Amino acid sequence: MAEIAYWEAIRRAHDEEMANDPLVIAMGEDIGVAGGTYKATSGLFDKYGPQRIIDTPISENSYTGIGIGASMVGMRPIIEIMSINFALLALDTLINAAAKIRYMSGGRVQCPIVMRTPGGTAHQLAAQHSARLARMFMSTSGLRVVTPRGPIDAYGMLKSAVRCNDPVIVIEHEQMYNLKEEMPDEEFFRPLEGAEIVRQGEDITLIGYNYSVHLCLQAAQRLESDGVSAEVLDLRSLKPLDRETIRRSVEKTHRFLIAEEDEAAVGVGSEIISVISEDCFYALDAQPVRIHAADVPVPYNHRLEKAAIPSADDVYEGALKVLGKI
Amino acid sequence: MNDSDKKRLLREMIFYRRFEDRTFEAYMERKIGGFLHLYTGQEAVATGVLDMARMGGGDKADYVITGYRDHVHAIKSGAPAREVMAELYGKETGSSRGRGGSMHIFDPTANFMGGYALVGQPFPLAAGLAMGCKHKGTDQIAICFLGDGANNQGTFHETMNMASVWELPVLFVCENNMYAIGTHIDRSTAVRDQYKRMCAYDIEASQHDGMDIETVLEASKKAVDYVRKNSKPYFIEFMTYRFRGHSMSDAKGYRTREEEQEWEKRDPINIFAGKLKKAGLITDADIKAMEKEIDDEIENDIIKFAEESPEPKVEDLGKYVLDDNPDPRWIGPLQQ
Ligand SMILES: Cc1ncc(C[n+]2csc(CCOP(=O)(O)OP(=O)(O)O)c2C)c(N)n1
Ligand SMILES: [Mg+2]
Repeated sequence: MAEIAYWEAIRRAHDEEMANDPLVIAMGEDIGVAGGTYKATSGLFDKYGPQRIIDTPISENSYTGIGIGASMVGMRPIIEIMSINFALLALDTLINAAAKIRYMSGGRVQCPIVMRTPGGTAHQLAAQHSARLARMFMSTSGLRVVTPRGPIDAYGMLKSAVRCNDPVIVIEHEQMYNLKEEMPDEEFFRPLEGAEIVRQGEDITLIGYNYSVHLCLQAAQRLESDGVSAEVLDLRSLKPLDRETIRRSVEKTHRFLIAEEDEAAVGVGSEIISVISEDCFYALDAQPVRIHAADVPVPYNHRLEKAAIPSADDVYEGALKVLGKI
Repeated sequence: MNDSDKKRLLREMIFYRRFEDRTFEAYMERKIGGFLHLYTGQEAVATGVLDMARMGGGDKADYVITGYRDHVHAIKSGAPAREVMAELYGKETGSSRGRGGSMHIFDPTANFMGGYALVGQPFPLAAGLAMGCKHKGTDQIAICFLGDGANNQGTFHETMNMASVWELPVLFVCENNMYAIGTHIDRSTAVRDQYKRMCAYDIEASQHDGMDIETVLEASKKAVDYVRKNSKPYFIEFMTYRFRGHSMSDAKGYRTREEEQEWEKRDPINIFAGKLKKAGLITDADIKAMEKEIDDEIENDIIKFAEESPEPKVEDLGKYVLDDNPDPRWIGPLQQ
């Protein structure tokens, strides 16, 4: 066991998967000689060379397409997109090609690519560097979308994503790259599917994914000093959703809140409320609450930015609202 | 190229012409739905280029990829014609199990990696196929066929740049028929000669007559050999013409009958048949017999197979979205 940061966990997963299988390659802007914007591939260029750690030009749509084409003949590319905002440029090859080729070919051709990209607000990066977009990917048939909340999942899910035969989008977060966790030294894998109860509770389920799990955990801490026992559920996979684990938790606590960093409209929260309504409506004792970003492009000014993005306090207050305490 | 090869190529081109004509009829009978883009008039290009490549599938053969006008490219790559027809009929026995249709023929057993509807999307996919071959150390190459209109997509510029920088073994074949649906190239594109655009990427390029299969064969042999030997991209442009409308519902109001007639004089099948007749290799009666044989095959084997094949089952609607037999080690469920 040793403490390891999120970025180091990703780096270790790359290293092990590349050592394990010569068909695994990584490609992206500045990932090679420069070592990666968040250091996720640092040192690997020297170890694996320019044929396997590929510095690409700033051509997101086509280098993603090249990764997809390579995956169609057996390669296992890990494609890094520097920021999820830039993934918008790659939507044609990702959504029109990778997500559909297995289906359009009647199951005869597959595209086992991994696309890694940080989505989320950092510090005053303004509207064009603060998109979340998870909701857009989770609404696309033919993709898997996972959202590791910490180093253990970042490592274990990336390794599974490389070996899985489907296109997998791994959504990371700029504010989590330095987050640390104790991690076993031995190799392990974390499954791509399955929500996880990260804190047991009785009175309310706080549902989060990616960074918002941490907001839920902080809120749960505060609720505990108020005598409220909050359960925290990490969705982990946005596509497919683990409806079973969500249902079981809500049937236990009878109340829930969903916290997302994205805008609310047609978002993760609306989907979670929908599936809970369909699966266990009568288990609910209270109206749910959605914690989400304001419906604005993310502003630069730090006060405005803070006001636009949900905080642990917002989750705490939302929980009190569900519980009828305010 | 010996005499029997020449006769074979003529037969292939006639077969492709009749195949496409027959799909047109089936479309009119509403046996085929969706969009249907026919290759009529351009046969010498795919036939000639791919005859110079390694066809047939497997780990020695080259990879082929193209847009939505893909039936002939698929068959020439080695996809069984009856499966291509069954795909157009939307049948379970089709090349893509009835899930893709005319624009999305796939046959990985023939290394035919698909037809794509997004104009320009195959550029990067082709470069990726080539990257895979290069990475694995084989001497296979990727061959990408696209139209003149596709060259105005960002993927064209992005991919040419990367294919050049990374020295990928990919042959880009530009089938310049001077129209993107109803827009003439002069109204959409700064230069008519597409091969000239390659100087920006330091890629070897050339332009040839795409209506004369002997020209296509000769130029393609050089291009294919260049890509394979040097592991570098090459861009080859063929000037050609599509004789039919862009798709089924096309009144062709954007071009004149005179222009069409000028090009019809250069019908690739007539040009080649004329040469073979002149050389005494074939007679009109031979060609008649050939056509009869082809029509019989299309009717009694290909169409029959498509007609009699079963539809996909509605219960199978959700198959092929993701891996249907995933490994639980990577997928889960998660042990709580
Ligand atoms: C991205 C995209 N934009 C527009 C279309 C509609 N469209 C289909 S074919 C076509 C023309 C393409 O012309 P060209 O590349 O010259 O090929 P040709 O049809 O002549 O073989 C257009 C505009 C499309 N399918 N995809
Ligand atoms: Mg054209």
